[in-house]
Amino acid sequence: MSLSPDDVRHIAHLARLRIEEQDIQEYAGNLSRIVDFVDQLGKADTDAVTPMAHPLEMAQRLRDDVVTEENHRDEYQQNAPATEAGLYLVPRVIE
Amino acid sequence: MHDKTLAELAAGLKQGEFSSEELTRHFVDRIEARDDRYNAFITPTPERALEQARAADRRIAEGNAGPLTGLPLAHKDIFCTRGVKTSCGSKMLDNFVSPYDATVVEKLAEAGMVTLGKTNMDEFAMGSSNETSYYGPVKNPWDESKVPGGSSGGSAAAVAARLAPAATGTDTGGSIRQPAALTGLTGFKPTYGRVSRYGMIAFASSLDQAGTLTISAEDAALMTQAMAGFDERDSTSAQESVPDYLAALGQDIKGLKIGVPPEFFDEGLDADTRKAVDDALDVYRQLGAEIREVHLPHLDLSVPTYYVVAPAECSSNLSRFDGVRFGYRCENPKDLLDLYERSRGEGFGAEVKRRVMTGTYVLSAGYYDAYYLQAQKTRKLIRDDFLKAFEEVDVLMGPTTPTPAFGIGEKTDDPITMYLNDIYTIAVNLAGLPAVSVPAGLVGGLPVGLQIIGNFFDEGRLLNVAHQFQQQTDWHRRLPEGIE
Repeated sequence: MSLSPDDVRHIAHLARLRIEEQDIQEYAGNLSRIVDFVDQLGKADTDAVTPMAHPLEMAQRLRDDVVTEENHRDEYQQNAPATEAGLYLVPRVIE
Repeated sequence: MHDKTLAELAAGLKQGEFSSEELTRHFVDRIEARDDRYNAFITPTPERALEQARAADRRIAEGNAGPLTGLPLAHKDIFCTRGVKTSCGSKMLDNFVSPYDATVVEKLAEAGMVTLGKTNMDEFAMGSSNETSYYGPVKNPWDESKVPGGSSGGSAAAVAARLAPAATGTDTGGSIRQPAALTGLTGFKPTYGRVSRYGMIAFASSLDQAGTLTISAEDAALMTQAMAGFDERDSTSAQESVPDYLAALGQDIKGLKIGVPPEFFDEGLDADTRKAVDDALDVYRQLGAEIREVHLPHLDLSVPTYYVVAPAECSSNLSRFDGVRFGYRCENPKDLLDLYERSRGEGFGAEVKRRVMTGTYVLSAGYYDAYYLQAQKTRKLIRDDFLKAFEEVDVLMGPTTPTPAFGIGEKTDDPITMYLNDIYTIAVNLAGLPAVSVPAGLVGGLPVGLQIIGNFFDEGRLLNVAHQFQQQTDWHRRLPEGIE
């Protein structure tokens, strides 16, 4: 199956990725090759197969609902591009 | 000193032949003098290493040393290391200084190991040649025009060039075993869930597993002993006790049942690589193992299955890189959407973007059933083939890669050509099994690997089977020219 430049723009938007206009064609080509390649899975007979959830059939572990983490906000915010008064700054979203 | 295994260096430390500081200084100097050629390290940490070495020497003097105390290693730059840049090979994390240690880093530090630095890797571990790294390709010490494999290519080159006696790696589709095979090392990937993923930057969480790149299987056993075990901070950590891996070494393998799947010996396999694997099987015959044919009928589905499952998980995992809380942020975003899209578009390289988009596509409305759900069904078929094979045999063997190392730039034009390089290693991750690649010969002066696959949590036997081969052969002790 072949992906069009518009398909690539749509997928890139869903993934919140800016793809430069001059690169769209190349991504369309590469992604089409990848989708063609994985399309062969459709030929496998899987009617009677239950999809696998975990290779060792392990179930998700539960823990008690108690606080286990201490507050590391100041330390973690040292990696943030922009903060103020303990908050993460982003461009204005409400006018 | 640098050509010794961890086990040999440990004996030297114990007998007082050298101190950890002397040993560490030796490797620090080698990195300083030689890594310009290979680009194996993103961030060497010499001061920190020497400080850890002096602490180890004090521990040894006090009589509190464990088997790994004072031995240096390098960590793949995917493992969060407190106070040290942890880039994952990406521009996205070029400015990220981890505020915490990964469990693997923490455990090996507690065991007294000394960290020489953080090694180069394919960006977010997505690649088979180390060419997708933001920090540039790594060169194979056996031939600097060739790739070292990937994604743990920096770790592989560092050990192959003896800039470190051992290194950590991670393996999602072959990222430890393939570079180990292409650089003449022992590369060990334990069972899924055996080693904690906490602090290991996630690529595909149902496939990712940490492991080792070492000179010998004995060294892999030594390190895995310290790395393995349940960790409540990893929700998929296996609640299984850790046996004594060293004690498993040295057991006689007479009567061992080895399964050889003909599906591993397809038309894509290079004839000389095949010969090296056949010769390795002969070594096992001489040791009294019984070799029989077993089939993995769905093996041909493993690469396409992987390239649905892994990108799907990666597109979800990498959504955390949003330019808000850590990592790269674009200049002058005009609004929040622009901030997200440009930070991610500028911060990720081309291969990462391809995989995020592939994953987004296979998970998107209208395509989920045809791709993601179908891939989880074919994944089950692949896993069940292995379960059936292990009813008949103890281990499976075959080549690790179809060919020896390829040239830098040779396979970068077409993603599928690159993906097919992992054709023999990928199924193991889909099934969650442990596997090891051991050096099995030289083809045109380049190393090739024998892959040995074990049953779930059968790491002890697997490492012993590898160790027995290394008692009979010296491929794992061969050095590239100029490494002496």
